[in-house]
Amino acid sequence: MNWLADFFGDPANWSGPDGIPLRLAEHLEFAGLSLLLAMLVALPLGLWIGHTGRGALLVVLSANAARALPTLGLLVLVVLLMGVGTIAPVLIPLVALAVPPILVNTYEGIRGVDADLRDAAYGMGLRGGQVLGRVLVPVALPLILLGLRTAAIQVVATATVAAYVGLGGLGRYIIDGLATKRYPLAVGGAVLVALLALAVQGLFGVLQRFLVSPGVSGRQKIR
Amino acid sequence: MGEEPLVRWDWIGRNWPEILELAADNLVMALVPVAVALLAALPLGLAGARWRWFYQPTVGVVNVVYSLPSLAVFIVLIPVTGLATRTTVMVPLVFYAMAVLIPAVVDGLASVPDHVRQSAVAMGFTPLRRLLGVELPIAVPVVLAGLRVATVSSISLVSVGALVGRGGLGYLFIDGWQRQFPTPIIAGIVLVVLLAGLADLLLVLAQRWLTPWSAARVAARAQARPAAGERKGAA
Repeated sequence: MNWLADFFGDPANWSGPDGIPLRLAEHLEFAGLSLLLAMLVALPLGLWIGHTGRGALLVVLSANAARALPTLGLLVLVVLLMGVGTIAPVLIPLVALAVPPILVNTYEGIRGVDADLRDAAYGMGLRGGQVLGRVLVPVALPLILLGLRTAAIQVVATATVAAYVGLGGLGRYIIDGLATKRYPLAVGGAVLVALLALAVQGLFGVLQRFLVSPGVSGRQKIR
Repeated sequence: MGEEPLVRWDWIGRNWPEILELAADNLVMALVPVAVALLAALPLGLAGARWRWFYQPTVGVVNVVYSLPSLAVFIVLIPVTGLATRTTVMVPLVFYAMAVLIPAVVDGLASVPDHVRQSAVAMGFTPLRRLLGVELPIAVPVVLAGLRVATVSSISLVSVGALVGRGGLGYLFIDGWQRQFPTPIIAGIVLVVLLAGLADLLLVLAQRWLTPWSAARVAARAQARPAAGERKGAA
């Protein structure tokens, strides 16, 4: 515990290029950007595959591949082949690992909507796109949010590991602390990363509460 | 440098014994935690399936642990379990596997149809015999699905341990990065994916062997169905 006091009590850790605020901002920037790019790819694709039923095999394969691929290896390989300097080479693996959870959960969410509900929506005269937007997405939202949460947590963790190949962010404290045998630095960084992951988890709990319709989440009983 | 091929097969050939040793280390560090987690998840899952008040908080704790980045947990464990030891890498993996397996056990037991449970009671099965002879076997497919996810993730997660000095095949990633040499990295990635795929395949075969009735039922259903497409929507 003394280590933590050393780390968090040191004013040098609170300002400048190696200060906690800046490192946290960097971490959020990489993680947020990767998550955004992954969402742009995976959400429309998952909605389309779930709605049309075409390409379901792709979803299963991507989920299995993402679980088996070692993040550290992928990061190191892509950055080695593409070169350091810009952040694009680091973003590629981050995005690649964030896409499958969003894709799988969006697809499963849409596909799992009660067939009667879907038929009723068509029976009321809604068209394909309207059925998707007004019925399927709201009902599938808890699973879609679960996919986004999994992806966000994955991205926060992978961005930490990415400090090894020269990315900034909170992982720097861990990697630098290990490299220079300054253990308080590494532990401080680890605690910060863990807190960030918990904050992300909490944020999605709040989002779930506000975005999911009370009728879907079961908070309001339908008579 | 420009003429250098992407994969230097001669390097792989020369270092094959070391690579195999790393792969074996990787497997041990990945599979022992999954086995321990399964042993722990069975009683916890049983309790969770029986008592709702027990399940909710357990899942809450397990989800929090699951969201913690592995590298951060390795670092915090170092003073307790030591730098570059197997234990440092294996302890978090136990918890990650439990996070997948406890819900799998609970869902598996929930998948036992009520009429089956009641038939067993009516036939005079004691609760223990009912559990071992009826409920657990029916839960096997769901539990094994969770076990497949846990095993594959565990095999690939071990490599992050290379950053704290013990990561099985992950050592090849560090080695390749430090020498700016892609061959070990590619060999490591391919081997991790291969090991994960192989373990997954073995678990699928195990499921066939443990639940022979599921294959028989699919065959029977296919025969009983008069024409394809007739029962649309029921699937």
